[in-house]
Amino acid sequence: MNAYSTTAAGADTRAKTDAAVPGPDANVDAPAVGHGALRLPNDRWKALEIVFWLLPVASYFFFPDYLVLISQIMIIGLFAMSLDLILGYAGIVSLGHAAFFGLGAYTAGLLSVHGWGEPLSGLLAAAVVAAVAGFIVSFLVVRGQDLARLMVTLGIGLMLFEAANKAAFVTGGVDGLSGMVMQPLFGVFEFDLFGKTAFWYSFAVLFILFVAMRRLVNSPFGLSLRGIREGGRRMPAIGAHVDRRLVAVFTLGAAVAGIAGALLAQTTQFVGLDVLGFPRSAELLIMLVLGGTGRLYGALVGAAVFMVAQDKISGFDPTYWQFYIGLLLVLIVLFARGGILGGLEKIVARFKRSEAA
Amino acid sequence: MIGNFIGVLFDGIAYGALLFLISVGLSVTMGMMNFINLAHGAFAMVGGYVCVTLLSSLGLPFLATLPLAFVAAAVVGLVLERLLYRQLYKASHLDQVLFSIGLTFMAVAGATFLFGPTQQPVHLPDWLRGQVHVLGLDLGAYRLFLIGVVVLVTLGLYLLIERTRFGAQIRASVDNQTAAEGLGINVSRVFSLTFALGSGLAGLGGGLGIDVLGLDPSFPVKYMVYFLLVVAVGGAGSIKGPLIAAIILGVFDVAGKYYVPEVGAFVIYTLMVVLLILFPFGLVRRKA
Repeated sequence: MNAYSTTAAGADTRAKTDAAVPGPDANVDAPAVGHGALRLPNDRWKALEIVFWLLPVASYFFFPDYLVLISQIMIIGLFAMSLDLILGYAGIVSLGHAAFFGLGAYTAGLLSVHGWGEPLSGLLAAAVVAAVAGFIVSFLVVRGQDLARLMVTLGIGLMLFEAANKAAFVTGGVDGLSGMVMQPLFGVFEFDLFGKTAFWYSFAVLFILFVAMRRLVNSPFGLSLRGIREGGRRMPAIGAHVDRRLVAVFTLGAAVAGIAGALLAQTTQFVGLDVLGFPRSAELLIMLVLGGTGRLYGALVGAAVFMVAQDKISGFDPTYWQFYIGLLLVLIVLFARGGILGGLEKIVARFKRSEAA
Repeated sequence: MIGNFIGVLFDGIAYGALLFLISVGLSVTMGMMNFINLAHGAFAMVGGYVCVTLLSSLGLPFLATLPLAFVAAAVVGLVLERLLYRQLYKASHLDQVLFSIGLTFMAVAGATFLFGPTQQPVHLPDWLRGQVHVLGLDLGAYRLFLIGVVVLVTLGLYLLIERTRFGAQIRASVDNQTAAEGLGINVSRVFSLTFALGSGLAGLGGGLGIDVLGLDPSFPVKYMVYFLLVVAVGGAGSIKGPLIAAIILGVFDVAGKYYVPEVGAFVIYTLMVVLLILFPFGLVRRKA
């Protein structure tokens, strides 16, 4: 026990040292860098963060007609955060993250259709199924370079889509899985037609998982992930087992994606084949870079902006919507690296500098 | 049974040849510039639509439309490379992926706007329809023609890359950019021309492939995996690798869909996962 704790402490120091000595091209938006030597990032909640989390609560009272949309934004936001964990922090480019979302959705959906309608255990089951799948896939992902990773994640996603499509006797195929019957939450709160229970349920799950993930990315483990992203070859030199960490974070990301999928299935009481589709993985990437990678909040902001815009614009013409999304992506990559939050941070930084001068 | 098997093999090789024709440009540009270009299928789609438009509205003969499809896709490729792609050669793979997904989405939406969402029909000349008797076997005339074209193009590519000055410049740029630049090779120009050539070949493949792959606005997304697969399995930066990979994938895909239609699509994905585990850097590794 004693020996174990010493090694753990040793690993911590190493991780801290790594974060405090960034390479020349280290990511400047990592909060750890600004705070000087040998310290973990400041984990205290900022006022702005508290305001941010009051927004969905306020929206419940101000936009009662949009509860369904807001719940979906929170669910997709959670999904985007799970991608941020593996892409924004660990630097694994995935084109098939919807595979785990879909697995979670079908797990929860099938449980409920076959008589197990208790929501929380459904979530847990979805998380376990997605985590096991993520754990298996992670060994393929960790092996290769970017192109091979891309192909493997894309291939796994397409395979699962085909599987769900062909196994129509289980999944309902293209018609989707309907006939889900959810029991009340905690045996008390019925899932109502207006989506009130669904709203609070989604909000609570999102918030709890956010707090856990926020803690995780600010921990030594989170710092070591950033180290791997910035210079994976150097990390073994300071004693970090790169492959094992990547496997761990990929499994975790898959589990969270599975929970998000299960939430969507339970709150809409329907699972369509599109939960596994390539467009979902691609749109997820778009939301994440739109909001800004590697900061968790980016995933939430990106999901909110994307889905509100989609709700407003795609009503006119879905074709134009796809065109503008494509254009937006090209523009973000060429001119607005860091997305919305990255841009805001730059503006704030410039403002502060001019104030100091 | 044997004749049946040979027929499937033949169709698979024709399909693989087409995949090779479209993907070879992607392989060379990916190996040369280390650029992950998911929008490569869009260039093939440009070629396809040029073919269809020239056939139906101008009434040109099918054979005459093919070179024009090549030229159109090459010009589009050249312009995009000069304006946009070259800004991202040094960017991260994530940026390149996002950028090319963006281009793909715009291409899909643009094609839907211009040509509508439906499948485009192609009217082949009579001599390319029906069956041909070769050595007691009935082979599709069009597929035979397809294989012939790809053999010719591959020979031409081989001569271009192995026997000409420009080919030597391409090889030098793939192997070592810095040294190539030091020797006075205008690497940036070589990049542009190679990109245009690769896009042009994709366009030619898109035109040739309408009868086999179909043509509708979702083309670049539908076949994205196949093109990437050929490159990832074959190994970026070579011609031999993608050729072998494309033939293997083509044969297995056709055979899978013919013999086990229930699990047809899995065959190719399983094959891909297995091949990528066995050869994480591709069958033929060009770059040292």
